[in-house]
Amino acid sequence: MNAKKNKGDKPEKSQRKSEKVTGKVKSATSRARTMLGRVIMGRHANGMRRVAITGMGTINALGRDVPSTFEAMREGRCGIGELDFRDVERLAVRIGGQVRDWNAETYFNRQQIVLYDKFTQFTLLAAREAVDQSGLIFEGELGIRSGVVLGTAAGGMNTWDENYRTVYEEGKNRVHPFVVPRLMNNAAASHLSMEYGLMGPSFTVATACASSNHAMGMAFNMVRSGAATVMLTGGSEAMLCFGGVKAWEGLRVMSKDACRPFSATRNGMVQGEGAGVFVFEDWEHAVARGADILAEVVGFSMSADAQDIVMPSAIGAERTITGAMQDAQLRPEEIGYINAHGTGTAANDKTECAAVAHAFGHHADQLMMSSTKSMHGHLIGGTGAVELLACIMALRDGVIAPTIGYEEPDPECALDVVPNEARQAKVGAVLSNAFAFGGLNAVIALRKV
Amino acid sequence: MSDVHDRILKIIADQAMLEPAELKSEMSPQDIGIDSMGLVESIFAIEEEFDISVPFNANEPESSDFDISTLGSIIAAVEKLVAEKV
Repeated sequence: MNAKKNKGDKPEKSQRKSEKVTGKVKSATSRARTMLGRVIMGRHANGMRRVAITGMGTINALGRDVPSTFEAMREGRCGIGELDFRDVERLAVRIGGQVRDWNAETYFNRQQIVLYDKFTQFTLLAAREAVDQSGLIFEGELGIRSGVVLGTAAGGMNTWDENYRTVYEEGKNRVHPFVVPRLMNNAAASHLSMEYGLMGPSFTVATACASSNHAMGMAFNMVRSGAATVMLTGGSEAMLCFGGVKAWEGLRVMSKDACRPFSATRNGMVQGEGAGVFVFEDWEHAVARGADILAEVVGFSMSADAQDIVMPSAIGAERTITGAMQDAQLRPEEIGYINAHGTGTAANDKTECAAVAHAFGHHADQLMMSSTKSMHGHLIGGTGAVELLACIMALRDGVIAPTIGYEEPDPECALDVVPNEARQAKVGAVLSNAFAFGGLNAVIALRKV
Repeated sequence: MSDVHDRILKIIADQAMLEPAELKSEMSPQDIGIDSMGLVESIFAIEEEFDISVPFNANEPESSDFDISTLGSIIAAVEKLVAEKV
């Protein structure tokens, strides 16, 4: 049926075309001018929209908002410390990037807390900061044309943990009626849609450590294609509870003392928790209302290694890095900084460095690449969102967040990893890498405004 | 008024964010702003408080033995369940 319809449409289409041409034949320069005009106006020559970031918000081990997180990153401060929660003494791994002294009552009322797992609480708090900064009010058509896509790996893990304890350990046979709406992975996205009246495309993606990057890539493509005017996006994770850390312990990839990405002395990853939320907005819409544009999202690529459930592949990572640059129409030489996946495991860091070396060739020696996980820990499904903040700080403030805990060079990680101290540098374009368990890769590219 | 009566009233009042004194037995849960999920939450709290099992299914509230039409009927039904337990 479709084919038939297309056939019928064809003559009409060419007719319209010929009508246009008979009026005035455009010169090459005037065509080029139109294309340039479109780019300036917020459209690419191919009709795709440009995507502006007009708001950002976070809560993580480094701070409860963006300014405090930036300050910590500039100072190379470590947010990782002794974990504090029930039964921690039964864990072999007792450190993490925990949000200290968290008290939900400070931010939410009793009725809200009944429905909000910690990962939702973190998301709402980060979103509040981001939406306030954007100055957007989602009324009328804008609410209908706006949505939310978030990443999380474990969703309401604390709710699972507490209620399993109730029924298994304490032997109780009754759980609170809202256990399901509290723990479901889409709870945070749904609460954001309700909080701000976002009635467009809204969902949650779960691709382990790449969840946030996948979510932001989806949001980017949705705004770019015109499917939405504004998308709230990013991700959240709250896995720092007994069951959450115990599960990771089992893999034997966790460090018991510190996260030291790219250092020869690295001995594993350290978990973190928190959220990052951004406002991705149609460029023309942002410009028309005089919004402060923090950075431009210019490219995204995703791929699967199709190889191993836990071991990363340099080929898959390289393909995705290159894909993001191609999507952004950026040459490797234009990239000044990469926020690395940089987990601090033996396998990830050397694979990632090999991938970057291959993707960038000679330019690999010129660019800076740091892992801020050394400071805020690995937020798993929320990590890409918090790490995008370091990318924006690099573009906007000219400050490159360091890889702290760096002790000794590793010949297999022979790149400029901005060891231990933040650096002043002007960069025009950046990448943020995420390479998840399951071999799922997602790389996002931003450009300075 | 029995102790059980007061404890039930307190749970319902908490859910409605009102004072127990403001509640009257002829009021329905809807009258005091308790929606269907609020009712499920109140019933959970009542079950926890008295360690009883309330036969209530949110899909067919009318057809269960547990009468939820007014606060008075809820209290009477719970008092019966508590009495049966002993």
